[in-house]
This record gives sequence, structure tokens and C-alpha cells, in this order.
Amino acid sequence: MSSTIVSLPDQSTARIPKINFITKENGLLSWLLTSDHKRIAILYLISITFFFTIGGALAGVIRLELLTPQSDLMAADTYNKVFTMHGVVMIFLFLVPSVPATLGNFLIPLMIGAKDLALPKINLLSWYLYIAGGILVLYTMISGGVDTGWTFTTPLSTHYVNTNVLTTGMAIFIAGFSSIFTGLNFIVTIHKMRAPGMTWFRLPLFVWSNYAASILMVLGTPVLAIALVLVALERTVGIGVFDPTKGGDPLLFQHLFWFYSHPAVYIMILPGMGVISEVISAFSRKRVFGYTAVAFSSVAIAVFGFFVWEHHMFIMGVSSYSMLVFSLLTMLVAVPSAIKIFNWTFTLYKGSITFETPMLYAFGFMGLFTIGGLTGVFLGTSGTDIHLTETYFIVAHFHFVMVGGMLMAYLAGIHFWWPKITGRMYPEKISQLAAVVTFIGFNFTFFPQFILGTLGMPRRYAAYPPEFQILNVFSTAGATILGVGYLLPILYLTWSLKYGEIAGNNPWQATGLEWQIQSPPLTENFLEVPVMDHDAYDYEWLERQKEKEVASAG
Amino acid sequence: MSEHLDHEHEGGPKNDYEEHHIVSPAVYATIFAALLVATGLTVGASYIEMGVFNPIVAIGIAVIKATLVVLFFMHVKYSSKLTKLTVGAGLFTFLALIGMTLSDYISRAWGRW
Repeated sequence: MSSTIVSLPDQSTARIPKINFITKENGLLSWLLTSDHKRIAILYLISITFFFTIGGALAGVIRLELLTPQSDLMAADTYNKVFTMHGVVMIFLFLVPSVPATLGNFLIPLMIGAKDLALPKINLLSWYLYIAGGILVLYTMISGGVDTGWTFTTPLSTHYVNTNVLTTGMAIFIAGFSSIFTGLNFIVTIHKMRAPGMTWFRLPLFVWSNYAASILMVLGTPVLAIALVLVALERTVGIGVFDPTKGGDPLLFQHLFWFYSHPAVYIMILPGMGVISEVISAFSRKRVFGYTAVAFSSVAIAVFGFFVWEHHMFIMGVSSYSMLVFSLLTMLVAVPSAIKIFNWTFTLYKGSITFETPMLYAFGFMGLFTIGGLTGVFLGTSGTDIHLTETYFIVAHFHFVMVGGMLMAYLAGIHFWWPKITGRMYPEKISQLAAVVTFIGFNFTFFPQFILGTLGMPRRYAAYPPEFQILNVFSTAGATILGVGYLLPILYLTWSLKYGEIAGNNPWQATGLEWQIQSPPLTENFLEVPVMDHDAYDYEWLERQKEKEVASAG
Repeated sequence: MSEHLDHEHEGGPKNDYEEHHIVSPAVYATIFAALLVATGLTVGASYIEMGVFNPIVAIGIAVIKATLVVLFFMHVKYSSKLTKLTVGAGLFTFLALIGMTLSDYISRAWGRW
């Protein structure tokens, strides 16, 4: 049994195909005015990496401040601005668009056998809106920042703070439309542009999970937009919807805000789960166990996701009867998430597992997401929530889901499809090392925060009692390791663009349609419309294809 | 949804779009007139004091008007089931937002804390 399934073409004769979507046209304008989904995906990849670096640097500053109990590195109000900007950048400019706008954009048409997304110009418009929102966020940061927290909680955001709430709100409003357009595009494409024979239950699970996330983007984001518009109107002309002295209710804002922002965490995690399905299947050489259940669990997460938002507000003065209802509904979301984890585990059972880099990241995802998800159940239980909410427990919980889950999945996906996107392989050993370093650094950073939270250290403060220092030093030290873990891929992936080995069409021997064409693909994706005559993840079909090739070559 | 599966991918506009229903000017004129009447009703209702029913009547008329616009001006009445489902999904989400939020408001311990 070999320890790897990687099969690269003979490096002495292999060449990157002369004509592909990267070389087809040259010049900056050919990129800025492109309507090719693959080029737009690369534009997104570059801009998302840029904003991730900014958000990461802000995280580094936060951890550095928390190294000591006093607020000595920066003043308390600067600290408030730093963690707010960290949240805004990471959520709206990195996590929400991360997998859908890069990998989803690149892969969905390839996976369903289409030449492009259904609305290519809308796709480009969505990138420009993203950039406009991003520039506004940068402007906000330079012109003094905002200190409400990424949640813009009223009446703080409407009545008290004197920072750039309006420009940040506008930035998120604009970036929100970028996300709506991406979602709309995916929904129309998946409904209308599947290749002949590509039935719903032959779609790769990556497509299913992006479809579910797209529904959330289209239905949820407008509510956030309205909530932000109302905050702006309240601040500027005092319309009074959130002001009790005028008959309004400050909690109404949180209802509207979390109605989007809770589903938004599923917008962030669902596409990542799609990546994990693909990776686990490819590196255990098996069809995903319980394909239909995994597909429907994505949709179930999307639907249930709309009915649980009040668990963010348990200590805010909401009715205790509705707390009961929302607490119960929150438990329901754990079911489809668990279905996924169990099915991936069963996919591994008796599979021919190999440990390439994407698989290492996927294992990281499964462990860390499970911890993040289960601590979510603690927080969804209204009793324990009253003790744990607004402490570092909650910070650790959502970083386990978002960083340990989503970022691991994103990196798994980037590594998995890097040979398809660029035509070249990254160095295997150092990338495996990066995956392990990320995992270790992550646990060092965020596990102590669970303990800090149960001990009662509140979130969002620049100073803390001295007895919490040891765990905070652990966390900050872990963050430096984590930083190295993220720096490595940026370095060696850039290196591989020029010096990486030629990957060939299908280095992982995976079954998706995207692996059956040249890498990097042609601008038109497929020379002729593919006909799908087998199920997804059918490795026997792949074997038969290889036999045919050998027979015809001989 | 399976009826969409076998259609030709490159099949030109005939297959890509649902058949367009031509709506006669008479229908548009009738709907326009109905919208004008409803606007008049809203203005009229604002002069009558109905207590708690003031907003209910105003919003009720507005919902009827919006429904007419969506069904006729936006052609949803003549569209495929998929389009209707899409509109329905938006409506369902909106009802979830309002209904579940009200579950807090109607059962809160108003004035007892």
C-alpha cells in the first residue's frame, strides 16, 4: 500500500498548457474587466488575503495588549477600536466571502459542467462592491475607527459613541450586496446550468453546501442592511425605533441584527463543510457515507439557522418564555451538524486514508469544529449561558468554529484545489508542517480562553485581574505560533507559482468534473458540454476511465 | 425540480426562459386603478379614528397593494413554480422574523422588572 495517492506527470516532459484562463489575455484591464468566474475568483482570493492579513495583524495587537493585566500597550478606548475593527474585517471582509467567493466562484461552474456562472457581470459587480466596502472600512480605520464592537449594539451605537459608526455601517451595507449577488448567482447557476445528466443527487456536496449558504445570503443579508439603515437614521435624524423615550425598543435592533448574523455564521461555515466533504472523500478513496443525509443536512442547517437567533440575547432582557423556545430550537441545529461529522467519520471507516496536506487540515476541522459546536450547545442552554455569555468562553467558542473550523476548511480547500487553480503543486512536506503548526498554535491560543471564560474573565476589556495572566500568556504565545502557521502557506504558495512541480490534470485522482479537465482550465472550462453518467465520488468510474485511456494510448 | 434536468445546456433562449406570458394593457390599467383606489382608501382611513385598528388598517391596505404589484406588475402570477417558490421563501423568512420576534414581545414581563 502506498502512503500517498499523489500522481504527478513526468516532470521532464510535463508542461503547463499554453492556453489557459490565466494566459488567454494579458494586462491589468483584462483582469479588472473580466467576466470569467475563474479570474474573478482569483481577484477575490488576492483581496481576501489582503484583508485577512489586516484582520490578523489586529488580532496580534489584541493578544499583545492582553499579555499583561494592565492596559499598557494602548489606551482602553484604542483597544475597543482594535477589537471592533478586527471583528468587522474578519467577519464581513474575510469569513463571509472566503470560501464562496474564491473557491465557490472558481469551482461551482466546473463542478456542474457549465461554462461560467449564470450572471457573469453581476459576479464582477459583486467583487467591485466588495472592494468598495473594503476601502470604506480602511477609510474608517484610518480616520479614527469605530468602537461599538462588530455587533453595533444599540443604544451604544445610536446614542453614546462618537466614532465612525456611519461609515462602517455603510461599508457593511455595501459589502452585504456583494454577498447577496454572489448568493443569487450561485442559486440561479445551480438551478439552471447543470450539465446533462447532472441531477441534484449527483452534485458534489460542495455545491450543495454552497447552495444552502447562498439561500442564507439572499434571504438574510437584506435584514442586516435594513438594521444598519435604521441605526444610521436613528443616529442622524433620531427616528426613534430603537429609543424607548420615543416609543422604540433597543432590543429590536438586536432582533434584526441577529436575524442575519446568526444565519451568517452558517453562511461562513457551510461552504467550509462542503470543502471537507470533498477532501475527506478524495483522501479516503470512498464515496461520502450517507450522501443524501449530508446534502440535506446542509439545507436543514440553513433552515434551522433562521429560528435560533435569540440565543445571542438571553441576558439582554428578552422574555423568559421565548428564551425557552429559542433554547430548544438551538439544540436542533446541533443535529444536522452532528450528522455531517458522523458521516465524515464513517467515510473514513475502512477507507484507504492518506495524509496529504488538505486531509490534515480536514482532520483539524473535524476535531476543532466538534469542540466549537458542542460548546455552542452549552451556550445555547439558557441556564449555563447566563454564566458564560460575554466571557472569554464565548470568544473561545466562536473562534473554535470560525478559525478552527472555517479557516482550517478554507486552507484545506485552497491546498486541495491549488493544483487546479495554478497548475502547480506546493511543496508537500513544508505544507504538512504548516498544517500541524496551525493546529498546535490554534489550540494553544484558544483552549486557555475556555478556562478563562469559565473562571469569569469578561470579553472586550483591555485590562483584567492579575490572576488571569498565566492563561493569557499561554494564549498570546499560541497566537505567535498560529501566526507562523498562517505565514507559511502565504510564502510557499507564492513560491510554488513559479517553482512548484507541474500538477497535471488530476494529481489527487479525484472524481469531480473539475479534475477531468486541464489545469489551469481553459477560459471556456470544457471543450464540449460534459455528460454526467455516474454518481458523485464514483472511484470505480475513475478507474474505468483510466483503463480506457491506457487502452487507447497503447 | 426534475423537469429542469434534461433541457439542453446550450439550447438558446427558447429553453433558457419560461414562456413569456403577454399581459394585456387592460389588466395593467385595472391594477393601476385598484392601486389608486387603495391609496385613496389609505388617505381616507387616516381621517377616521379607529384606535388600535389605525395601523392595522393602514398596513392591511399596503399589503394588498404590494401583493397586487408582485402578482401582476412583477408577473409572478404567470411565472414558473420555481419563481413562486422563491417569492414564497422570502415571505416565509419575513414571517419567521416578525413571528419569532413577537414571541419575545408578547410574553415579556413588561413593567415587572
